[in-house]
Amino acid sequence: MLRYALLRLLGAIPTLLLVIVLAFLMVHAAPGGPFDDERVLPPEIEANIAQAYQLDQPLPKQFYNYMSRLLRGDLGPSYRYRDHTVSELIGGAFPVSLRLGAMAMLLAVVAGVGAGTLAALRKDSLLDRLVMTLAMTGISIPVFVIAPILVLLFAVKLQWLPAGWSGVEEGRRLLLPVISLALPQIAYIARLTRASMIEVLSSDFVRTARAQGLGTQAIVRFHALKPAMLPVLSYMGPAVAAILTGSVVVEEIFGIPGLGQFFVRGALNRDYTLVLGIVIFYATLVILLNLVVDILYGVIDPRIRQR
Amino acid sequence: MSSIHNTWRRLWRNRVIAISGSILTGLVLVSVIGPMVSPHNYLQTDFGNILQAPSFSGAHLFGTDDLGRDLFVRALLGVQVTIIIALVASAVSLVIGVVYGAVAGFAGGRVDAVMMRFVDTLYALPFIFFVILLMVAFERNFFLIFVAIGAVNWLDMARIVRGQTLSLREREFVQAAQLTGVSFSKIILRHIAPNLIGVVVVYLTLTIPQAILVESFLSFLGLGIQEPQTSLGALVDAGVNQIEGASWMLLIPATLLALILLCFNFIGDALRDVFDSRRSR
Repeated sequence: MLRYALLRLLGAIPTLLLVIVLAFLMVHAAPGGPFDDERVLPPEIEANIAQAYQLDQPLPKQFYNYMSRLLRGDLGPSYRYRDHTVSELIGGAFPVSLRLGAMAMLLAVVAGVGAGTLAALRKDSLLDRLVMTLAMTGISIPVFVIAPILVLLFAVKLQWLPAGWSGVEEGRRLLLPVISLALPQIAYIARLTRASMIEVLSSDFVRTARAQGLGTQAIVRFHALKPAMLPVLSYMGPAVAAILTGSVVVEEIFGIPGLGQFFVRGALNRDYTLVLGIVIFYATLVILLNLVVDILYGVIDPRIRQR
Repeated sequence: MSSIHNTWRRLWRNRVIAISGSILTGLVLVSVIGPMVSPHNYLQTDFGNILQAPSFSGAHLFGTDDLGRDLFVRALLGVQVTIIIALVASAVSLVIGVVYGAVAGFAGGRVDAVMMRFVDTLYALPFIFFVILLMVAFERNFFLIFVAIGAVNWLDMARIVRGQTLSLREREFVQAAQLTGVSFSKIILRHIAPNLIGVVVVYLTLTIPQAILVESFLSFLGLGIQEPQTSLGALVDAGVNQIEGASWMLLIPATLLALILLCFNFIGDALRDVFDSRRSR
């Protein structure tokens, strides 16, 4: 088991390196520097700025500098938020996004697995068709459409919940963003769960359990749920990526001071170091989570470890 | 499963495809014809008539936006742009995915293993962030949007095509062709490619909504289509800014976008169902 985990960990390193090199090259292949669109400066000052940010050195040297700082957890200075390093900005904003994302994820798994199991148990019934049509709708409607429509309904028209963030109590302000983020994932997980649950429920060991007189509830809880969860577990990596993507939009709409908002601001302001830093940070996060999922998969399903 | 049951399923599927297909065709037709017959155009501002609510009797069926532009024409333009970008981007991912998948599947062995390992690696990345990075680093233009979206969406296609090719390679007619000395490229073109069409069409209908999602996501953030050009994502973004007073600016493009995505997803899903049941039989 340990060997399996270590092998997976080693396998993640080239991926991580690829990500960093790719992101770094993309930013540095950009025509024009980060300071080009400001006022025209005397060439000496421009040279000074370039020197201060080490932009005058050859590319491999710059990459070496970046990597050696990165290994110490330093993502460099932000080009736009003066007096702040990128690491500081990420450190400040990430906890907000993390709480939002974690709650959305939890809601998505609980509601998705519940709805999917229910649909699988009543396969081809009206309930099943209803759940699946709703799930299809949930998958089709993007977060940036769901979120404003929820705002319009619950904040503008009914005025039950706030549309903003600052100056609102925690429980109330989180509700709409978390639901907006979770809805497409609930839909996706429900579809996955239904499909795999149907397969598991028709397998031999479930038939044996049923022959022994076990009730449906007990069969699902003790026998079917764990194997049926495997596809859902392997979807966790893409789900995290989707929630990160969604949080960019949700934070923008609700004015939440999280990492997603910094990312969009950075992108629109051409704050290269910030955008590069966040991409590397998110990619690392997703790769590590995929690693955890892989290892968990091996724990749950011993057949995987053999390969 | 009982045959009555199967028939039911088939009928349901066919109806889903027919209804979704008609809605899409209708939308495309209206989006092409509408702007031609409308007295307004998408650029024309009218500061005497800003934020007019939609009305059947008035001059503006869908109302106007905050610059007094006719929302009917703009929404239809948005539909056009969104669908065109999605089609072209899907074509890009189609070409990359099919070529990559077919080569990997046909080559097999170590080449296949390495090529698919690369796809797995890319799968694990939050791709959209790279697309945004790309949009930041380079000037935003139409062409780049196509390439970026196409580059994101080819992975599924490559996987599916590779799997299909792998199984085709073992079939007698391909082996017969190999034995009689037909060249590598000719086998792929003559024998493999025609048999891939079914699966490719199915997955193409599922790639299109994904491309629409990426495009509208970028445009929503202000990183995609730039004013005064517009797409449904950009229109939703504009609607969010007017959410308090002019909810139609949000609801109209949001409904159109959701409708288009829903239709494509329903068709793709139903087609995949048909295809899977045919293959398993």
